[in-house]
Amino acid sequence: MHDNDHVTNGSQRGVSTKMVEIAVAAGILLLGLVVMIDSSRVGSSWADDGPQAGYFPFYVGLILCFASIWTLWRTLFFAKTGVVVFVSHEKLRLVLSVFIPSMIYVGAIYFIGIYVASALFIGAFMYWHGRFPWVKIVPVSLLVPVSVFLLFEIWFLVPLPKGPFEALIGY
Amino acid sequence: MDEINSLMHGFAVALTYQNLMFMFIGILLGVLIGVLPGLGGANGVAILLPLTFTMPPTSAIIMLSCIYWGALFGGAITSILFNIPGEPWSVATTFDGHPMAKNGRAGEALTAAFTSSFVGALIAVIMITFLAPLVAKFSLQFGPPEFFAVQLLTFCSFVGLGKGHPAKTIAAMMLGFALAAVGLDTVTGTLRMTFGTSELLRGFDFLIAVIGLFGIGEILLTMEEGLAFKGVHARINPRVVWQTWKQLPKYWLTALRGTLIGCWMGITPGGATPASFMSYGIAKRFSKDGEKFGTGQIEGVVAPETAAHAAGTSALLPMLTLGIPGSPTAAVLLGGLLIWGLQPGPLLFVEQKDFVWGLIASMYLGNIVGLIVVLTTVPWWAAILRVPFSIIAPIIVVVCAIGAYTVHNAMLDVALMLMFGVIGYLFKKLDYPLAPMVLALVLGDMAESSFRQSMLLSRGEVSIFWSNGLVGSICGLAMLMLFWPVITKLLHKLRSGNNDLNGQRPVE
Repeated sequence: MHDNDHVTNGSQRGVSTKMVEIAVAAGILLLGLVVMIDSSRVGSSWADDGPQAGYFPFYVGLILCFASIWTLWRTLFFAKTGVVVFVSHEKLRLVLSVFIPSMIYVGAIYFIGIYVASALFIGAFMYWHGRFPWVKIVPVSLLVPVSVFLLFEIWFLVPLPKGPFEALIGY
Repeated sequence: MDEINSLMHGFAVALTYQNLMFMFIGILLGVLIGVLPGLGGANGVAILLPLTFTMPPTSAIIMLSCIYWGALFGGAITSILFNIPGEPWSVATTFDGHPMAKNGRAGEALTAAFTSSFVGALIAVIMITFLAPLVAKFSLQFGPPEFFAVQLLTFCSFVGLGKGHPAKTIAAMMLGFALAAVGLDTVTGTLRMTFGTSELLRGFDFLIAVIGLFGIGEILLTMEEGLAFKGVHARINPRVVWQTWKQLPKYWLTALRGTLIGCWMGITPGGATPASFMSYGIAKRFSKDGEKFGTGQIEGVVAPETAAHAAGTSALLPMLTLGIPGSPTAAVLLGGLLIWGLQPGPLLFVEQKDFVWGLIASMYLGNIVGLIVVLTTVPWWAAILRVPFSIIAPIIVVVCAIGAYTVHNAMLDVALMLMFGVIGYLFKKLDYPLAPMVLALVLGDMAESSFRQSMLLSRGEVSIFWSNGLVGSICGLAMLMLFWPVITKLLHKLRSGNNDLNGQRPVE
């Protein structure tokens, strides 16, 4: 934060909005093409008994392509001149510092169950982002999974993914 | 006065000890959801939906709709005290609400916000009570072409009324339709776009999309802003409430205008957010103190709050009568109805009288309970926001993950939720609207089947969509909505062309 205070917003380093806009529109275009190709694979015309499975999605794909080309065309030829920052590197780092742990967390659920993973995730997050002392981290990160456990497994009888630790205590 | 009788019967259904308790829990959870960033009406209801599967449908929908009312109320608290809109529809409330709070009139602003929300919702519920049976009766004569036409109208109004660029609205909408088409086609039994994976057989559930788009996406956005909550302390005592109430009748015209805008935007799926902005803008233009707006005028709180709450409430009218939700949250509630085995639409009013009128009665009760709850508990909610974001953020991610998992007990859904989170983040920053995407995802199958049935009826002739007066006029209206941006632009050009030769404003 502190070293950026004297820099104006426009000259901040970061990813340009135009690039992201083009990337997203291109992604949508690609998706539209996939939808159209797959729809014509399953048949997008008229069979003896009525419209085929790809009849409706084919047009969805077509309009999807049309809309993304429209956006691409608008961005490429009519976008305001000058670089508008979509997200500065610093902010991107902040966003990724939430997103990457979340990805690891989701992966961890698969192996160690949701309860242990949640405790570790909340604890790690509080440690890295909040710089909390351990006396605060430990109670919070234990309290949340335990109350979730009581609410879901015991009261509402909704099973959540469990790992070796839960197996150890008999669940 | 059939409706009054049915409504009284509905009160008898809703007014059980158990349902009142669910109402209370719903409101509390709703306010909590409304206050916390990253959780909102739509994904809050989506996350809690699996918990209600074991409840009787009437109690379940009462609780879920009360969560929705609670979220509508809760958004105002953060807007006024912290200048952080907890919900998109309370952005306009910050304009005058927060300045009032900074001037030491927080209690007044909150009371005004809650009361006008209540009034907006109440008028909308009264409208639902009398209009819904009529609409349902009318739509009983709808065939597949008419239903497709209404759905077309729904989606075209997004293009016409939405504030985003038409290309982006259409892209978001079609993305929703495309995702809805993934999986097993129930008519022909063909697998569509599964690319050989059995996991995709199930298709994309819109609940996962809602949790990812609104939950994870919102967390990423909030993180970027590097949020530090700096709030104003608030205490509401009966004297402040009473004094504010004495002032409010002065603004009856603003409130009425806000409510009407809200009802209109809620029924046509404009949604609560544009309704609140529109109401604020119009109030500013017509008020005597228009130029003082933004410095802390009560009127500037009344206008957006009545509109937002009226829109949020009346979004349930098309959901119940036509099976077409007017907002993402209404869409989630619709998904709930389907899961409980209730088919929303005109027949619901014939076959499930208890359910429908119980729900409508609970809207009256829920809003009264809501008003009392928020007026008495404001300091607690403000205290929750003082919990640092680095504690709240991971907990919300955990809650979202649990919500996504419990929909189908599938791990893939949790991963998909993260993917939708990224889409939500990118789309929000690039001004792609999320509501049409969610609605298309929900209505995709329904729209497709009514389209197919119409095509079967007409043997592939598109002309069935203007074959009679009813379907023709709905389609005509839809086309008007679709081309509305073009029409207004042309009108604008014509008018400015007459007045000055070269417009000073750049064409946008």
